[in-house]
Amino acid sequence: MSTTAAAPATGSTEAVPSRGMRFTGWAANYVDERTSASTAVKALGRKIFPDHWSFMLGEVALYSFIVILLSGTFLTFFFDPSMTEVEYEGSYLPLNGIPMSVAYATSLDISFEIRGGLLMRQVHHWAALLFVASIGLHMLRVFFTGAFRKPRELNWIVGFLLFVMAMALGFTGYSLPDDLLSGNGLRIIDGMIKAVPVAGGWISYLLFGNEFPGTDIIPRLYVLHIMLLPAITIALIGIHMVLLVVNKHTQFAAPGRTNDNVVGAPVMPVFAAKAGGFFFIVFGVIVLIASFFTINPIWNYGPYDPSPVSAGTQPDWYIGFADGALRLIPSNLESVIFGYTWSWGVLIPLVGLVLFLAVVALYPFLEAWVSGDKREHHIAERPRNAPARTAIGAAGVVFYAVLWAAASSDLIATHFRLSIEGVILALQTLAIAGPIIAYLVTKRVCLALQRKDREIALHGFESGRIVRLPGGEYIEVHEQLDDYERWKLVSYEEYQPLMVRPDDRGRITVRQRVRAGLSRWFFEDRIAPVTVRELEQQKH
Amino acid sequence: MAEVHDGAAGSEVEKHETAAPAPATAVVRADRIPNPGFPPERLRVTDLDPKKEKQAERTVSGLFLLSIVGSIIAVVAYIVLPIEEGNPGSVRLNNLFLGVGITLGLLGIGIGAVHWSKALMHGHELVEQRHPTRGSDESRTRAVEIFRESNKESGFTRRSLVRNTLIGALVATPIPAVALFRDLAPEEDPIALLKQTMWEEGTRLALDPSGVPIRASDVTIGSVFHVIPEGLAELESHRLEEKAKAAVLLMRLPPDELNIREGRETWSYDGIVAYSKICTHVGCPVALYEQQTHHLLCPCHQSQFDVANHCEVIFGPAARPLPQLPITVDDEGYLVARRDFEEPVGPSFWEREL
Repeated sequence: MSTTAAAPATGSTEAVPSRGMRFTGWAANYVDERTSASTAVKALGRKIFPDHWSFMLGEVALYSFIVILLSGTFLTFFFDPSMTEVEYEGSYLPLNGIPMSVAYATSLDISFEIRGGLLMRQVHHWAALLFVASIGLHMLRVFFTGAFRKPRELNWIVGFLLFVMAMALGFTGYSLPDDLLSGNGLRIIDGMIKAVPVAGGWISYLLFGNEFPGTDIIPRLYVLHIMLLPAITIALIGIHMVLLVVNKHTQFAAPGRTNDNVVGAPVMPVFAAKAGGFFFIVFGVIVLIASFFTINPIWNYGPYDPSPVSAGTQPDWYIGFADGALRLIPSNLESVIFGYTWSWGVLIPLVGLVLFLAVVALYPFLEAWVSGDKREHHIAERPRNAPARTAIGAAGVVFYAVLWAAASSDLIATHFRLSIEGVILALQTLAIAGPIIAYLVTKRVCLALQRKDREIALHGFESGRIVRLPGGEYIEVHEQLDDYERWKLVSYEEYQPLMVRPDDRGRITVRQRVRAGLSRWFFEDRIAPVTVRELEQQKH
Repeated sequence: MAEVHDGAAGSEVEKHETAAPAPATAVVRADRIPNPGFPPERLRVTDLDPKKEKQAERTVSGLFLLSIVGSIIAVVAYIVLPIEEGNPGSVRLNNLFLGVGITLGLLGIGIGAVHWSKALMHGHELVEQRHPTRGSDESRTRAVEIFRESNKESGFTRRSLVRNTLIGALVATPIPAVALFRDLAPEEDPIALLKQTMWEEGTRLALDPSGVPIRASDVTIGSVFHVIPEGLAELESHRLEEKAKAAVLLMRLPPDELNIREGRETWSYDGIVAYSKICTHVGCPVALYEQQTHHLLCPCHQSQFDVANHCEVIFGPAARPLPQLPITVDDEGYLVARRDFEEPVGPSFWEREL
């Protein structure tokens, strides 16, 4: 196994190059003399990418974004974002004669007049859902394996911004057809904006170009959706990729893999074939889903009107956590101070969500400060080997999941024949108790798994072979792991809590106390990896 | 395999640096178990058996052929399955076969390429060394030098007047851009607009969406009407804006079950009450009426209002009762508004109580 093993034998082909080869050679030379492309091929062509199924989540996000760009471009050829009122005269007979905006009418036309239009709409929507979902899962993978540690903290921030962009793109796009469901979504946004202290009423007025709903919001969201937000997203993806190349990908601990190397497939040809093929698979699966499963049947909802609404309204899943947060707030939280209205019922969830996202964005810096570890980390950790982090992550996931479930509180109540009051009370309790329980349970599970690893590394595993000793005693023979198998269980980072020590001027600062407290919280409970000495003792 | 490092703390990536950073609270044990190095390579079945290799080759090209067939199916489906007006089934068929054709076209390439890479391409893992992310000492020194030189040549720190006025100018330039956004909306005070609706003295209550006025005698006990002001349906402009504020729910309760609030004795008519339909939480229409309990439910966030008790909030995130529209009947027996709402309808805003 070496970096030169794959070099093809060039000797025999030099003799008489075929016409095709001569042309390729000429073209390559032509391009290189004008672009220095060979330098890029030299630098990147054999770059190594490590392999693991979880590394594909980010790829799914990237590829679904490309699918979104392609299908979205098709949709722009037919969609007209105008809010001018027209009377519908089209193929979908149930809505004939009903006044609606041009945006809604052209969305119907895309679905019912343009061959493949419905398919492209559904491809676009499914791909968007997959885009946000895969970004979320990719973030969880990076979080739980500690892949955000130095030197990748900044790329975590870039990725976080991409997550925010994905939600913004999703929401603006969801609103464009100007149907009843998305219109009510905008109505909720309008209500939330109006609750903002000092400027809320004005922001809403300027955003909508008049009182809600006005006739400007759809064209404005359209510009954001097809130009500004995609441009920012593409730029961020570019930065994300450049930093990925600069930092090189993390890899999981395995025999021969160290913090100083990258082991895997080279870009050319294996990774290019796998990743390129994977793009087509992602694309294909999205089209497959779009051919069989309806998404967002806007024709069932009718055009937007501020008066009707259907029961069981649901936002797209990625906005669910925000909608759920709104639902969990107790009644009658509003105060008037010096004549100004503070609508706590909206402000508390709004501020809470911003804080939650801020913690997600800044977590790498918090952990780096607590551990004080300034080393570069290129080995992705197994979640159990960082119990405190994994437990914090689990608490965050549970909190998000409870808010998300709350967005369907009415459907939970009707499907399981529960009272809505009971469901909300249960979810309110879970929103507070759930993360705490998740934290404690996850931390214990991690420590138990580490203990189990340690046990296996030291004493081997149960072979399933029962042996009867001469004295009549039965024992199960334990088999030792070989060095390669053991390595995965013993190669992890270990930290101890920070000791509070006086600084140069003999003082113990508050800052240091806080850091020591957090450090105890993170590292007090820990299981040390097996050492050579322990292994030696075990053998005797 | 070249050299094998021990993957734990103090690895080569750090040793490249002039001063290895302190591991702080990390524990670095002297007797940690060393990395055993790469395990022996395992060959694939296609490496060992030429027959399997040939088979894999056929599978890959078969998949690529399938892809071509899929693309042809898609084009054929586009042509032979037109969309017929008023026939949703034709849309479904077109969607299905076009989609399946494209899917085959894509998955054939995708699965073929991945199979090619996994079964036939050179299968050994390769190794690349990492280097510290920070620039080499040489480039860092040079970078600092460049900044120093350009500072010296430009006088950026020395000519502080030039620098500070530049910063001031840069801060000031975006201000016109902020001002430019004022005309996103017309020259009116939005706060005043939020405090008034289309209702005024004598406006008849009309059915939504037809606009037919409602007689008091039409409203039987237990019934609920979705109401708009008469004339709204005929508005040439701002129809939805007006509707978003003026939508009303009309209900008739048995008079003994209705608790009338002090000062609102004249606001209802014979058990008929009218309340704003716009939720005081974030503005969804409070569209669901439970006849038995006289509760109104907002389907967006499940706020519940008790109609029998002047629509006070009994559950959910809303913070204020739905505003009541004072109504009476005119000479012809039609329900009319006594005047506009006495408070702003819909979600709260900063200046609401001013």
